[in-house]
Amino acid sequence: MAHLSYEEAKKAVIRGLIILGAITIIEVIIALLAKGHMIEGFHMNKLLYGFLMAVFSIIKALFILGEFMHLKYESKALRVGLALPFILILWAIIAFVHDGNSYLQRRLDSGNVIPVEMPPVPVLPAHETPAEHGEHVKK
Amino acid sequence: MADHSTVAEAHHEVDYGPAWKGADKPLKAGYGKLMMWYFLLTDAFTFSGFLISYATLRASSLTWPDSDFVFSTFPGGLHHMPLIFVTLMTFVLIVSSVTMVRAVQEGKRENKNGAAFWLGMTIIGGLTFLGCQAWEWTNLIKNEGMTLFTNPFGKHTTDGVYINEDGSEGEHFAAGANYIVHRHHGQWAPKKYKVLSGPEKGQVKYQAFGPREFGALFFVITGFHGFHVFSGVVILFIIMLNVISGVYVKRRNGYEMVEKVGLYWHFVDLVWVFVFLVFYLL
Repeated sequence: MAHLSYEEAKKAVIRGLIILGAITIIEVIIALLAKGHMIEGFHMNKLLYGFLMAVFSIIKALFILGEFMHLKYESKALRVGLALPFILILWAIIAFVHDGNSYLQRRLDSGNVIPVEMPPVPVLPAHETPAEHGEHVKK
Repeated sequence: MADHSTVAEAHHEVDYGPAWKGADKPLKAGYGKLMMWYFLLTDAFTFSGFLISYATLRASSLTWPDSDFVFSTFPGGLHHMPLIFVTLMTFVLIVSSVTMVRAVQEGKRENKNGAAFWLGMTIIGGLTFLGCQAWEWTNLIKNEGMTLFTNPFGKHTTDGVYINEDGSEGEHFAAGANYIVHRHHGQWAPKKYKVLSGPEKGQVKYQAFGPREFGALFFVITGFHGFHVFSGVVILFIIMLNVISGVYVKRRNGYEMVEKVGLYWHFVDLVWVFVFLVFYLL
């Protein structure tokens, strides 16, 4: 914030604190609302919820980058140079989430589904732990 | 030998101008600041890799415990306070970021005491965050039994009813309800229940552990972030000592070191925004 006078810059810092704090509070309130902690029986659509949270987080991130890390006031070449590599990350998010969904689909499609709930634990000796995710317990 | 010196001399004759001696700054930022930016870029890729692997593993799991169920304890033995403690941690980090901005501003004005004071405040913020994280980890490991390889937080896929020890029916639950496998005297004690929906209706089962990736991802990713906070605190401390000793008064680029460590510190806050998003909000 080199373009501002000292007094203005000090004010801008407080403004930054309020913006980041307010967004975080809004996020948490929406989270508690969406997960049914605020209104009995109310749950938000998961896709809409995820989208909202991602948008708020990106706003926070851009604010920290732009104002706190002064990126807004750096040269365009530096900004573009730092931003372009994130195209790879964007691709990676799409590709790997798709991959994860495909794993799940294959698990469900094959007869070899790893059960979430395990076969009954007949007797549980004191030293044994309950069935692990995906392990079969001997009868 | 002779050949080499000739080559060297030939090079000497060419005048590359002042740019070759570092007069030009094509990106209008000093060497140290540029390198900090490139380091942060690589670090962002490391964190992206971690967080994307979290997304992949979560997408490939049949169930995943809900964050508002797992992270719902608060110091002082308080329960059923979903996300409140971690919101507090987020605030601590935001405030420490703000004090860091003040330190950089005072450094720009060459105000030695001001810069040192605000660096000190930032260090206190960082240590507070680490303390909160230590409490959170201790609670998860000691009280709830989550480790790198064990995740006691599970989720029911069917409706059901718990069966008490005397054989009578207890509490009912619906599909999608979260549970934690409790321990008695250090031994796992999963509760027995009767399935009331789906193809296995009528069967009696025991609570199973949740997906074990949950624990591993949580400890590795928040641990890696916590390690960044810790190293940040150490670096901030060193820079604060340098400020106090007056090293930067004599430097050509003045207090630019404060700015560089500031970039690192803000980056730690930046990463937390996304750790907070994937672990606690989504």
